[in-house]
Amino acid sequence: MQSRPSTRPRRPGMWAIRGPLSRRQYWLFAALGLLVPLGLWWGVSSGAAVDKVFLPGPVDVFNRLVTWFTEDDLMSDMGISIYRVTTGFLISAVIALPLALMIGTFRPVQAVLEPLTDFIRYMPAVAFIPLVMLWVGIEESSKISIIFIGTFFQMVLMMAEDVRRVPLAQIEAAQTMGAQKGETISLVIFQAAKPALLDTLRVTMGWAWTYLVVAELVAANSGLGYSILKAQRFLQTDKIFVGIILIGLIGLVMDQLFRLAHRKAFPWLHLRS
Amino acid sequence: MSTKISIQHVGKVFGEGRHRVEALKDVSLDIADNEFVTFVGASGCGKSTLLRIIGGLEYHTAGDVLVDDQAIMGPGADRAMVFQHYSLYPWLTVMENIKFSRRLRHGRENLSAADVEAASGRADALLSLMGLTAAADAWPNQLSGGMQQRVAIARALMGRPQVLLMDEPFGALDAQTREVMHDLILHVHRLEKPTLAFVTHDVEEAIYLADRVVLMAPRPGRIDTIYEVPLPAEREQDMKHTPEFLSLKKEILARIRETSGMKTDQGMLDQLNLQGSTV
Repeated sequence: MQSRPSTRPRRPGMWAIRGPLSRRQYWLFAALGLLVPLGLWWGVSSGAAVDKVFLPGPVDVFNRLVTWFTEDDLMSDMGISIYRVTTGFLISAVIALPLALMIGTFRPVQAVLEPLTDFIRYMPAVAFIPLVMLWVGIEESSKISIIFIGTFFQMVLMMAEDVRRVPLAQIEAAQTMGAQKGETISLVIFQAAKPALLDTLRVTMGWAWTYLVVAELVAANSGLGYSILKAQRFLQTDKIFVGIILIGLIGLVMDQLFRLAHRKAFPWLHLRS
Repeated sequence: MSTKISIQHVGKVFGEGRHRVEALKDVSLDIADNEFVTFVGASGCGKSTLLRIIGGLEYHTAGDVLVDDQAIMGPGADRAMVFQHYSLYPWLTVMENIKFSRRLRHGRENLSAADVEAASGRADALLSLMGLTAAADAWPNQLSGGMQQRVAIARALMGRPQVLLMDEPFGALDAQTREVMHDLILHVHRLEKPTLAFVTHDVEEAIYLADRVVLMAPRPGRIDTIYEVPLPAEREQDMKHTPEFLSLKKEILARIRETSGMKTDQGMLDQLNLQGSTV
C-alpha cells in the first residue's frame, strides 16, 4: 500500500501564483528564452525554401559583423552614433532637470509649461526633420536635434512627476526646521527625487536610441542608423540585422551602466535584507 | 505659568462656494509654557489642521495665533514638527538626519567654533537620549518604525525648538513600541522642556501623556471640552489602571462618540442579521 498522504501543505512550486524560483532555475529559464528564438531563427533560415535576402541566418549575420568590423570601419559607425545619442540625450537632460524641478515645485510654472509640453510630446519627431534641416542645417547638430526633440519633452514630464512624488512630510519637516525656499529645493526636494530622476534618465536613454535611425535619415554618411538605411537600399539584409542587434546591445550595456550607477549613488536603496 | 501659545478665535475655511468646508470655527485656547496638551476628537474635527496652523504649515482664515505674543508668519525653527511617517531623509544616515537643521542657513548664522562643537555634542546627547547611539551610521530604512520615530523626534529637538508639535507620531506603531515611546517622550518633555502639542486618535495615549486633553468636535471643527488630567506629574504605566484614569477615558470616549455625529443603527444591524440567516 501507499504511505499515508502527508497532512502538511507542501512547499509551493514554481507554478504557484507568484511562486518561488531559485537562482539556478531563473538562469535556466532565461537561457531558454534566449536560445529558443535563436534556434528557431537558425532552423528557419537554414531551410532551403528561405531566401537569404529575405532571412539571413545567424552565421551570415555573424560573418557580416566580422567584415563590417574589419573592412567597413564598424567602430567609427558605432562611435558616431553613440556620440549623437549621448549628446542629444545630455543636452536634453541638462535643460529638462531644472525645468522639471520648477514644474514639480511651483504650480504657476506647472500651469505654464505642462500643457504645452504635453501637447508637443505627441508630435512625431520624424515630422520635425524638414524643419530641423531648415533651421539647424544638415550638420551634426541636426541629428542631435532630432534625438533631443524625441527625448526632451517626455523627459521633462517624467522628471516633473518624480519631483512631485517627493513626500510632503519631508518638505514640511525641513520648513519647520527653518529651511528657506532655496534650501528646501536643493537640500530636500532635489535630494529626495534623485533616485527616481536617475531611473527616468535610464528609461529615456532607451528612447533616445530608438530615435537614432530617424536622426540619421538627415543627410548622414556614417552611423549605425545610416548603415541600416543604406543596407536597405542594397538589400543587405544581414547588415540590417547586425545594425539592429548592435543598437540593442549598446542600449543594454548603457542600461546596465545606469543600474550600476544607481547602486553606487544610492546605496540605501540597494541594501540586502 | 506664562502663556506660550495663544489661539484666539481661529477659523479655517477650505475651498469656496459649494466646496466650502469649515474646518475650524472660533477656536480659542491658551497653552502654557512647558505644558503638554493633547488633542483628540472624531475624524474631521480639525485637530491636525489646528496643529498645522500652529506650525505655520497651514494658514488660518480667521482669528490669531500668537507664540510668545508674536503672530506667527509661516513655519519656523522655533516650532518643530514630528509627523506620522515619511518625514525622515532616506539618503542621510541617522546622525546626518539629526544634524540636518545645522546645514540650514538659520543654523549656521553667527556660528563660532564653540557652537559647532556644542552642536556636535548635542547631536550625540540626543542620540543617546533616544537610545540610537548604535544606529548612528545606519540609514532610516534599516530601522524599525519605532526607531525611525525616535530619529524624527531627535531631529526636531536638535534646533532647541520652544514648541514641539506632534501629529499622530506613534499612530503607525504597534502597542508595545508605543508604550515605550510614551515614557520616552515624557522624559524628553521633562528634560528639554518644550511646550508640547500632540494630536492623537488614541484616548489612552492622550490622557497618559497630557496635562490637559482637548476634545474637539467636527462640523464645524471646534473645541468641545477641555479635561484636566487628574494624575501626578510623574507618570507611570500602572496609572493607566487607576479608577481616575479609567473613568476619564470612559468619559472622553463617550463624548467623542456623541460628537462624531455617527450612531450605530441597531435596527439596521438586526435587519442585516435577519437577511443573513434567511439566505
